[in-house]
Amino acid sequence: MLIQRFFKAPHSILVISLMLLTWCFSSQVLAQSAEEKGLAIAKERKLRDRGWSDSVGETSMILRSPRGDETERKMRIKSLEVQSDGDKGLTIFDQPLDVKGTAFLSFSHPLQADEQWMYLPKIKRVTRIQSKNKSGPFMGSEFAFEDMSSFEIEKFKFKYLRDEKYQGQDCFVIEQTPIDEDSGYSKNITWVDKEHYRALKVEYYDRKNSLLKILTTHNHQLYLDKYWRPMEMRMENRQTGKGTDLITHSLKFKTGLADNDFDKDSLMRAR
Amino acid sequence: MKSLTCLPLMIVITGGLLLPVQAQVEYTGSAAIEQRYYLQDALYPQQTRDDLSGYYSPELYTSFNDGSDSLLFKGFYRFDQRDSERTHGDIRELLWSHVGDDWEVKTGIGKVFWGQTESLHLVDIINQTDAIESIDGEDKLGQPMVALSLYKSWGNFTAFVLPYFRERTFAGVDGRLRGPLPIDSDSALYESDDEEKNLDWALRWQHTLGDWEVGLSYFEGTSREPEYVPNLNTKGELVISPYYAQIEQFGVDVLTIVDAWIFKLEAIQRQSATQDYWAAVGGFEYTSVGVFDSVYDIGWLMEYQYDDREGLAASAAQNDLLLAARWALNDIDGTSVLFGVVQDLDYSGVRSALIEASSRINDHWKWRLDAYLFSSDEPAEPSYMLRRDDYVQFSLEYYF
Repeated sequence: MLIQRFFKAPHSILVISLMLLTWCFSSQVLAQSAEEKGLAIAKERKLRDRGWSDSVGETSMILRSPRGDETERKMRIKSLEVQSDGDKGLTIFDQPLDVKGTAFLSFSHPLQADEQWMYLPKIKRVTRIQSKNKSGPFMGSEFAFEDMSSFEIEKFKFKYLRDEKYQGQDCFVIEQTPIDEDSGYSKNITWVDKEHYRALKVEYYDRKNSLLKILTTHNHQLYLDKYWRPMEMRMENRQTGKGTDLITHSLKFKTGLADNDFDKDSLMRAR
Repeated sequence: MKSLTCLPLMIVITGGLLLPVQAQVEYTGSAAIEQRYYLQDALYPQQTRDDLSGYYSPELYTSFNDGSDSLLFKGFYRFDQRDSERTHGDIRELLWSHVGDDWEVKTGIGKVFWGQTESLHLVDIINQTDAIESIDGEDKLGQPMVALSLYKSWGNFTAFVLPYFRERTFAGVDGRLRGPLPIDSDSALYESDDEEKNLDWALRWQHTLGDWEVGLSYFEGTSREPEYVPNLNTKGELVISPYYAQIEQFGVDVLTIVDAWIFKLEAIQRQSATQDYWAAVGGFEYTSVGVFDSVYDIGWLMEYQYDDREGLAASAAQNDLLLAARWALNDIDGTSVLFGVVQDLDYSGVRSALIEASSRINDHWKWRLDAYLFSSDEPAEPSYMLRRDDYVQFSLEYYF
């Protein structure tokens, strides 16, 4: 009887049609655009990395010429997580010996220009430096200054491209377009693994939109049961044949660093 | 080199006795050999055209009490083939630092830098210039001091007590880059009855306000910059004596970043019994990144120097303009080349030029090439004395 009535009533058909239409329409709304999905993945990636507070690491950079000649740089990196702003970083150089004791302090900001200072121990001078020079090489390596700064959502526009397996791991492939005009890149394409949201591979495209560099990350270690860090990052320049490996020898979290360890005066004490 | 390494070793041993057993002493430093060649014949008979020189500068550092205390020693010794005055040693630093949460006390012999500009350091007054080291005046002698610093949200504030004055170094009779009569450091004259033991003091505040770096400073005591007076030495010969007056100096230094530009300014007002004047230096720096589709950077620097002292002033920077370009190759060896010209705007025939190039050879060795060229047809300008002292210097530096 119910069925009869149902089919008899012409307005019911209208209701069903409307319902179907609404369902189709809303499913289209619910399905994210590629941009929204890209942003959501980036946000999840950032969220999973929150709360590490501070870290101290000892690292080496192995610079390689196209002929295979190698040079080693050594440095220590102190980092401080800043909630609702970019992180703070202090890098102290130990090698090459002529720049030993030189220290670099950076306050990164999501939207405004980063604040950066350099300390030159030979003349005991702290100088404010221009952070717009972000596309320049960091210590003659294949890493640019902007590759070394913290990952902030506000610095990019995101676009989800596809799912893809990379080295046996299910990944999201995301296109990131830098918002800052001073960036040396037109875009980069990042392979983020679905399980832990780690960037496993990044392709950097130069301002003419041709492939410039490929970064791959290796030997990921888990810290504080939550934070994944690659112990080795390999940057290959596809245009020059040069490469740089960034190797982390030791890394400690929650060492008790505070704001006053990231001051201009702390630069002079950094050794 | 072998005999030289014994000295720091002894200090390590004696230093080690005073410190907790677990304290580690870090031994680093640099040494270099430098060959200088003057492009023209000398003005004065004792001078020569070539000069071989070398220096050794060890550094020892240790920290204890969980890093709240540290001891630093930095020594310096130069040997010069020609000029016995330039053969000299100095304790650049011998400093005990104790740091609290937002304060620090430094006691001993130290080195301090104040200021923002590149071509001239007007505000920087704590340390005496080791003028015999280099024409650029960047090398400084160690200054005995007690300094208390406060690191607060309103800025970094430091009060200095400076109990002992260091005399400026000058080229001897056999050295070049000097006037017709050598300056006799042994016959220095002082306004203060306490001479070099006059108690000098200074205050400094420095703060970052967004894109601005602002500094204010005050100094009272013995002028680091001497006046020059004719005098007779103990042998009865005519010499030039440095005269160190008592001065009071206010300084301000500012740096601001506007887009790709960095603007810099320093100004001082200095008062002594005979003089009351002001001087300023200011300009900008602009860096072009990745020029010619490469990883090279070119930094442009322009600074204007002004000094309101009339007539025969001690300062060469009276009304002068510096233009410089620094080319950084951003390569593994850190190669860079700096080229600069300082033009006197009062006398078109007075200018100087410099070239500095350097690059690493490997982790320990580095080469450096410096050249200074002086052009002066104006006897009233201090640079007139250097008109024949153009030189090129090649250095091999060793870092350890």
